[in-house]
Amino acid sequence: MDNKIIYVDNNATTQVDPEVLKEMMPFFSEYYGNPSSIHSFGGQVMKYVEEARHKVAELLGARDTEIIFTSCGTESDNAAIFSSLFLCPQKRKVVVSKVEHPAVLNLAKELDRRDYQIAEIPVDSKGRIDLERAEEMIDDSTAVVSVMWANNETGNIYPVEKLAEIAHRHGAVFHTDAVQSVGKVPVNMANSSIDMLSLSGHKLHAPKGIGVLYVKRGVRFRPFVIGGHQEKGRRGGTENVALAVGLGKAAELARVNMNVETTKVKALRDRLEKTILETIPSVRVNGDVENRLPNTSNISFEYIEGESILMHLDRYGICASSGSACTTGSLEPSHVLRAMGVPYTAAHGAIRFSFSRFNEEADVDAILTHIPGIIQTLRKISPYWN
Amino acid sequence: MWDYTKKVMDHFLNPRNVGEIENPDAVAEVGNISCGDALKLFIKLDANGRISDVKFKTFGCASAIASSSALTELVKGMTLDEAEKVTNQDIVKVLGELPEEKMHCSVMGMEALQAAIQNYRKGVKDATPFDRDEDHEGRIVCHCFGVTDVKIRKVALENNLRTVEQITSYTKAGGGCGCCLDDIQEILDGLWKNAPAVAAPAVKDPTGFSGLSLVQKILKIQDVIDKEIRPLLERDGGSIELVDVKDNKVIVRLKGRCAVCPTSKITLKNTVQGKLREFVSPVLEVEDSAG
Repeated sequence: MDNKIIYVDNNATTQVDPEVLKEMMPFFSEYYGNPSSIHSFGGQVMKYVEEARHKVAELLGARDTEIIFTSCGTESDNAAIFSSLFLCPQKRKVVVSKVEHPAVLNLAKELDRRDYQIAEIPVDSKGRIDLERAEEMIDDSTAVVSVMWANNETGNIYPVEKLAEIAHRHGAVFHTDAVQSVGKVPVNMANSSIDMLSLSGHKLHAPKGIGVLYVKRGVRFRPFVIGGHQEKGRRGGTENVALAVGLGKAAELARVNMNVETTKVKALRDRLEKTILETIPSVRVNGDVENRLPNTSNISFEYIEGESILMHLDRYGICASSGSACTTGSLEPSHVLRAMGVPYTAAHGAIRFSFSRFNEEADVDAILTHIPGIIQTLRKISPYWN
Repeated sequence: MWDYTKKVMDHFLNPRNVGEIENPDAVAEVGNISCGDALKLFIKLDANGRISDVKFKTFGCASAIASSSALTELVKGMTLDEAEKVTNQDIVKVLGELPEEKMHCSVMGMEALQAAIQNYRKGVKDATPFDRDEDHEGRIVCHCFGVTDVKIRKVALENNLRTVEQITSYTKAGGGCGCCLDDIQEILDGLWKNAPAVAAPAVKDPTGFSGLSLVQKILKIQDVIDKEIRPLLERDGGSIELVDVKDNKVIVRLKGRCAVCPTSKITLKNTVQGKLREFVSPVLEVEDSAG
């Protein structure tokens, strides 16, 4: 087995940028002080946390005071939704989409068990949100609407501004899980109606274990993690200095490299997808190809099963992921593909390739070298392929 | 990431006996594409009634393909009477081991083999899926994956399965919407009720519970219900009250969401009885006042 790793699973997590790592290192050794300390050794560290906050704010087009550091995207999602519910106890309805990440979807299920009313906005066969149904579902009893900016499996980009306007007409808070879009597509909160936004460091070349919740100025907020005065009393717990600094650097690099996403990264994705569609029979692209992230391609290889494809790819060091049931130990294929009504012949054989600025043409070449043979081998074994 | 053995990977990457046999003596197809795995098995017999050739085609994950391949190696040279006795455990032995969640792949191999043998004996020459005796007998318990009570009992007995989770891993039953979990629990309860294997170790009473007065018993039980059990159920919008205590039998009433929850019997056995046995005494049996 060739030891070179061809990593095209960047929607799962990303490589920490070496520059990010370099920036963080001193905070694991020399600058270990607590930013809340009175002595200058500790106190000096706060300056770096604030610099990082500023860089994240710049990436989002936000004010520094609108940025709260958290431990991950999931915490940010929980904080946003629980705060909205707590501050509006008379409203008992939560509206989400059917294709949310489990961080929001399973939270909605838990809220359902706690006697909140949950409405899930459906999607069409391309995974597009049904805005008319959203209009019907979001009503005056709605406390919070939470719909992702971009979908992790298909890359579909959702009309979050329109949804925010609908939510506001009914006095509801609008939150978006933007972990897949920040760093991949431009985000400008200065001109946005979105009240709260979650992002996750490890999706944009910072380490795992750091996230951000953006809370628009003027939107009321109650902390989810309760404790000390950190983050202006909005998130208790000693600042994760090193990781915050890392996320700041990653945000700066994301801003500088934004055009790389729509040029180089998109070109790699498009070449892979186009060549596969042209050279392998019975394949289909899942999602809204007109309106999706530049780095994501979700392709179904019909009549074969995704885990088998991944295990074969793995032999060549190619790391991708699958909407198939078998990869997770669950028995049904991905909830996103099922919500889209992707036929079973295709849903079980869905593979997601997701690129980053660290990918090169050689990666696409390697995938294209191996994948036709893998598909052919597995189809030869399949009873549904003739 | 699954931790597959080298043998599983070998059978997956280099599957033996892939293909079809023209004019097979026995053929069967089990599973279907919506379930996520399917296996079509072809068998050719020699003049002495031994399996001279066997081929397969499988749609499924690595362990499904590996299980099919292992099955074909296993049965070559057997008579149908011998092959009929092959179980999913025999397939697993060839592969070393399979992750628990993937055991249904080995069960699928056994089913295909048995279906092919049945088809041969009945003179059925096509490979219509879902055409096994056990699919006709009994009733469908899991509608998501079309699993009958007959199959659940059979697989449970052959693999000594005691929990609902194990049944899901081995047969997929209960792995979809989850509506049938209670039903599966009842089947297991019925199946193992008279089984001496687990019932044998007599429950000891190290707490001396049986010797307590009724009032002391009630106080102890009520205390655990209040402090340990009700808070758990309230988290899910339910509640519980103590109705009566007779000897070592505790009768309770589930309330709120727990009363209407389709998995209330599991709650009763796992949560309520589990906690009472943990905190009061292992001799306790819990019953629902509603029957």
